[in-house]
This record gives sequence, structure tokens and C-alpha cells, in this order.
Amino acid sequence: MAVQNETGDPPAKSRGGSVPSFVYDPVVRGYVFQFLLAAVLVWLAWDIASNTAENLQRANIASGFGFFDDRAGFEIAQSLITYSSDSSYGDAFIVGLLNTLLIAVLGIIFATIIGFLVGIARLAPNWMLRKVATVYVEIFRNIPVLLQLLFWYKAVLSVLPQPRNGIEMPFGANLSNRGMIIPRFIPQDGFAIVVIGFAIAVVAAIVIARWAHARQMATGQQFKTMRVVLALIIGVPVLLYLVTGMPLEVEYPVLTGFNFRGGIALKPEFIALLLGLSIYTAAFIAEIVRAGIKAVSWGQSEAAYALGIRPSLTTRLVVIPQAMRVIIPPLTSQFLNLTKNSSLAVAIGYPDLVSVFSGTVLNQTGQAVEVIIITMAVYLTLSLSTAAFMNWFNSRMRLVER
Amino acid sequence: MKNTFIPVLAGAVVAMTAVSAANAATLDDVKKKGFVQCGVSTGLAGFSNPDDKGEWTGLDVDYCRAVASAIFDDPKAVKFSPLSAKERFTALQSGEVDILSRNTTWTMSRDTQMGLAFVGVTYYDGQGFMIPKSLGVSSAKEIDGASVCVQTGTTTELNLSDYFKANGMTFNPVVLEKLEEVNAAYDAGRCDVYTTDASGLYAIRLTMSKPDDHMVLPEIISKEPLGPAVRQGDDQWFALNKWVYFALLNAEEMGITQANVEEMKTSENPNIKRLLGVDGDFGASVGLSADWAVKVIKGVGNYGEIFARNVGTETPLGIERGQNALWTEGGLQYAPPVR
Ligand SMILES: N[C@@H](CCC(=O)N[C@@H](CS)C(=O)NCC(=O)O)C(=O)O
Repeated sequence: MAVQNETGDPPAKSRGGSVPSFVYDPVVRGYVFQFLLAAVLVWLAWDIASNTAENLQRANIASGFGFFDDRAGFEIAQSLITYSSDSSYGDAFIVGLLNTLLIAVLGIIFATIIGFLVGIARLAPNWMLRKVATVYVEIFRNIPVLLQLLFWYKAVLSVLPQPRNGIEMPFGANLSNRGMIIPRFIPQDGFAIVVIGFAIAVVAAIVIARWAHARQMATGQQFKTMRVVLALIIGVPVLLYLVTGMPLEVEYPVLTGFNFRGGIALKPEFIALLLGLSIYTAAFIAEIVRAGIKAVSWGQSEAAYALGIRPSLTTRLVVIPQAMRVIIPPLTSQFLNLTKNSSLAVAIGYPDLVSVFSGTVLNQTGQAVEVIIITMAVYLTLSLSTAAFMNWFNSRMRLVER
Repeated sequence: MKNTFIPVLAGAVVAMTAVSAANAATLDDVKKKGFVQCGVSTGLAGFSNPDDKGEWTGLDVDYCRAVASAIFDDPKAVKFSPLSAKERFTALQSGEVDILSRNTTWTMSRDTQMGLAFVGVTYYDGQGFMIPKSLGVSSAKEIDGASVCVQTGTTTELNLSDYFKANGMTFNPVVLEKLEEVNAAYDAGRCDVYTTDASGLYAIRLTMSKPDDHMVLPEIISKEPLGPAVRQGDDQWFALNKWVYFALLNAEEMGITQANVEEMKTSENPNIKRLLGVDGDFGASVGLSADWAVKVIKGVGNYGEIFARNVGTETPLGIERGQNALWTEGGLQYAPPVR
């Protein structure tokens, strides 16, 4: 290597068997082993990939990603983008992905709300409330989530009537075993003004909140932030809506033939999945919240009371911020679990990524290897992004130590 | 296999060799393990369905039993793998099953891009619709806007879209993976219409809580030639499977039955003598004994007997021979001669 020998003799010999010192250098060794490990991993990945490709070819199974542009030829029950059987497999992939994201985001929101409520209820002074919360947690935490999903689906389907006998709901909505059909609002000309007004109100609210906070820090004067912010965010759009002449058209669902036309359908599959995942995950979140609150020692509250701070403010300003430190990291894994569990949608026919892409698309194209790899990559990306976001959030909530 | 010098990696590498191993002579593997591994449905009356004793029965099942009879002279030398529509091709490609005999439609993409080789058409079928009688519908043209229950990973899913599109109608698909889930959803009224192969509809109707409340609409919207498939790349196994199917048809055509096959061996008819191995040794070329067809017919009977036993007019399914009659009776079932 580094030692060059004019005569061409091996360097080790000419130096009487002594070995260059860097062989014993732990840093150099570290790099060498890291490099070797990386090389083995790369070689292994390459070997698996090339073997797979070779075997697929030998078995006459098509491979590659060209199928993404081919016509899909099948319909999907629920789609957030325009999709028909004439769209491509690539479009079908996006439809499935968006449906997965939809259920994950809504599920996380609902699970968090229910979880916090139940978690706090478990510590409530009221005996009844405490017991109800305990029973909730023990039931839903201990039954496999797949069974719960099937249960909700069967329950939703068997309780709800046929569309002809659908239950009339407020605001022209209708509930039947085709789902909850709600009126659709179709924006007319001028609705953009309302949206822009809303955006400006939100920005203004943020600015005001910051100013109020800074002022309170500097002078100790309080400002009724909550009321002003609410007035802005709700008042401005409502006012603009009225001023522009109510530029929203409402499309009510009407029963024609077999099913409802018009409106937006929240399908039974969607409702069952959202219910099942939220309720299941909320049971875990409740325990995390309870643990988080209990982790804040009673002395903290006592100290706050001694300073004359009201109990509600104590909870909000002293207990919760400290509890959040304990709550957020395990909360992250619950969010990840919910996202991954959403792939059980396939069992109850909700068209998520697994059902649409690694179900129908896989089967119609026969390209199992490609489809499964992409699906795994998507879930990995979703999980890593959720985790990254929660890490960022966690670092913001961390107790600033002085 | 290349690159096996690092023993630690052997495990991972073995996993990747499954496909190439499956390309080896399937017949030798089958003989070695002593049974045929046969992929069937998870339960479709008349085609592949476990009875109350757990024995598999049905037309698709009997085909696998026929192959087992040809090899082992024992129709029971079969193990069955129940597969959903979605699982079936991977199971065959990966070598998990030796034969896929599971009401599978022969299509070009399956035949060319998925590494499958279709043996023949054991049942000519087409896609239909089933509806509750209470809907008061008499034609598939009247189901615009309906919710339709369908199983994932089938040709059914595609034909459905084509049909509604061609007729300027819309529908709401309810797509489920497991057959029993589709059945349950339809039975619970989640959909107005159930669609699949007509034969399947008859079988599924029987599993409904009130079969008489449902009817199959007259329209048949597609061609569904159903048949067994094997992996590409093993010509001997492919030929063996083809000729077992042909033997079933030829036997019916020549009037050879499970009951009379022994005495037919003494027949003077040269076609019969060749089929039953009295004259010539045609079995050897596909790795079987000379009297392979005798074993097949003794094991399961001829095609007509299999049909009558599993789906025919005497069974709960009550299906007429129709297109599945022999060509000599105006049907489509036709087999090349043994020569
Ligand atoms: N022939 C069609 C459909 C076959 C199919 O899977 N049919 C369903 C409904 S009749 C079935 O047999 N399912 C049984 C199961 O999943 O076990 C195809 O090959 O794609």
C-alpha cells in the first residue's frame, strides 16, 4: 500500500516482519470494517435483485415498471382525484395512496381526541367516569384490531337500513347501508374571496397571538387572545360569505333507482375503518396520556397552587407541558401503528393502497415483486415522515433547561 | 446457484432460488414427495369445496385427482391449497402448488406475462349477475347506478367496468378479497348486484341465507374459459396435464366409464386400445405407465361422469351440459386423439 519498495521485495519482509502501525489504529480499522460491511450489504442487495430478475425471466414473468402507464380497466369505489377505468395503473396507485393518507390523517386526529378524553377521564375524580374509561381501555386494547374492524363493518352493515328506507338526517343527509350521504357544497363565482378572507384572518390571528404573547412576557398584561382569534377566523369568512351573496350551491342527495345520486357518500367501509382504527388506537393513547399526567409529580401542582394559580391554569400551564414530554414519544409509535394498521382496510373492502395497488393492480399485472416493493417503500416513507414530524414537535415541546 | 461461498448468506439466497427450483422437473418432485399439490378455491360448491368430512370435492378437484391417479394410481394422492383469487398466481409461480385448478379464466396476459401455461378448458363459462328478486329487475340493462359486489383479482372486476361503460351506465364497486366476505356483504344488502362467473353465481346463490330470494339475470357479458394451469418451462409436466384432461374427454367420447374401463380393455376398437395402453406405450413419453389412462378413468371416471357428479342436473347446482357437451353432441369439448 503506502510503502513502496524499489527492489520489488514485499515490504513486510524487508522490515523484518514489522507491521505498519495503521493496522492497529482503531480509527482506520473502524473505517475498514465499515467499508467491508457496506460492500457486503451492497453485494447482497445486488445479488438478490439480479437473482430475482433472472428467475422472473426464466419463469417468463414480466418485470419492470412499464405497467404504470397501462390502462387500469377497473373502477375504484372511492377516489379523491378524478379516476375511471380508463385511467392508468399509476393513477390507481395515487388513488390508493390518497385513500390511505385520508384514513391515516383522520384516524390520527380522532384517535388523539378520543385518547386524550379517555386518558383524562381515567384520572377524573368522578368514580363512574373513571370506571367507564377503564372498561373502554381494557376492552379495545385487548381485542385484535382486525376483529374489531370486521365487527364494526358487520355492525354498520346490519344496523343500517336499505337506501330505500334510509334514515333522514339533519341538513338533507341520509344514512343507509350505502353509507352516510351528505350534501355537497359546490363553490360558485366569488367563493374564492371567502377563502382568501379566511387565509388572511388566519395569518392575522397568528400575528395577534404572537404580539399578545410578547406583550405579556414584557409587561405582564394579558390580552383576550382566544376571543379575538375566534372572532377573526369565524367572523371574517362568514361576513364575506354573506357580502358576496352566499356563493355556495348545495347539492342534496336524491334517491334515484337503486342508490343516491349527488352529495358525498361516506361509504360503510370508510366509516367502519375510521371507527375501528380510531377507537382501537385511542385505547392505547389514553394509557399514554394517563401515564404522562401521572409522571408529573404532585408537588408541581402544589407549588403552582401555593403561587395562587388557578387549578385550570395549573393543568394547562404546569402539568400538561411537562406531561407532553412523556406523552409525545410513545404517541408517535401509536400514530405509526395506526397508519400501518390502516392496511387492514383490505379485509373490509376500503380501497386503500394495499387493496387497490397490491391487491387489484398486482393481480391484473402479475408483477408481484415490483408492486410489493413499491408498497413497502410507501409505508416506510409514510412512517419515517411521521416520525420525523413528531421528533420535530417533540424537540419544540421539550422542557427548556436553564 | 452462483455466489454461495458465504454460508451466512445461504438462507437469504435460498429464498431467491424458489422460482428456479420450481422450474426443475415437476413430475420428479411430485413422485418423490408422493402427492400432487393442487391449488383450489377456498370453497365454491361444485368446483372445489370441502364437504362435511373435510374431503375436497368438485370438478376442479377431480381434475387434480385425475392427475394423481395417472401418476400414483391413487385419486387421493393430492394435497389441496385453498387460494383466494388474489393469491393463486403467486402460489403457482413460486412453486407452492404444482397445479392451479381453481376456476381460473384463460386470458392472454395470464398466459404470456405471468409465466402460466393453461392446460385446457375444463369448463366454458361466462360472467353473469345475480340480484335479489325483490329489486324487480329482469335485465342487466336495468341496473344502472347499482352497487356491485365483486372479488379482487378476478377478470370479473375488469369485465364489470367494460360492460357498464359500453352500456353507458355507472356503478359503485364493493371490492372484497375473500369470497366469504363478498358473499356476506351481498347477503347483508350492502350491494344490489353480485357478479362473477355464472357457474360461481349458481354455487354462491346456494350459500345465501334465502337462496330462493335471489335470481341470476339472463345476460352473460364475457367469455370465461376456465381451466387448470401449470408453470411455464416444464414441458413434460405441461404435456402430462394436457393429456390427462384429453383422456377424460376421449374416454367419454368412446363410452369408457369408471365402471366399464376394465372390460373396455378387451375392445377391438383401435382408438380405445391406444388410449388404454393395450396397444403402444404412449404413457412413457410423459413419464407415465402404459395404462395411465386406465388409472385416470378408474380413479375419477370420464369427463361426463365428473361433470354429472359435481355440477350436473342431478346436483344442487343443476347445470346443463350446454357448451360443455362433447363436440359430438353440439358442445365445445373436443380432445385430440391418442396416436
Ligand atoms: N374466472 C375468474 C374469476 C374466478 C374467481 O376467483 N371467482 C370467485 C368467485 S366465483 C371465486 O371462485 N372465489 C373463490 C375463492 O376466492 O376462494 C378469474 O379467473 O379471474
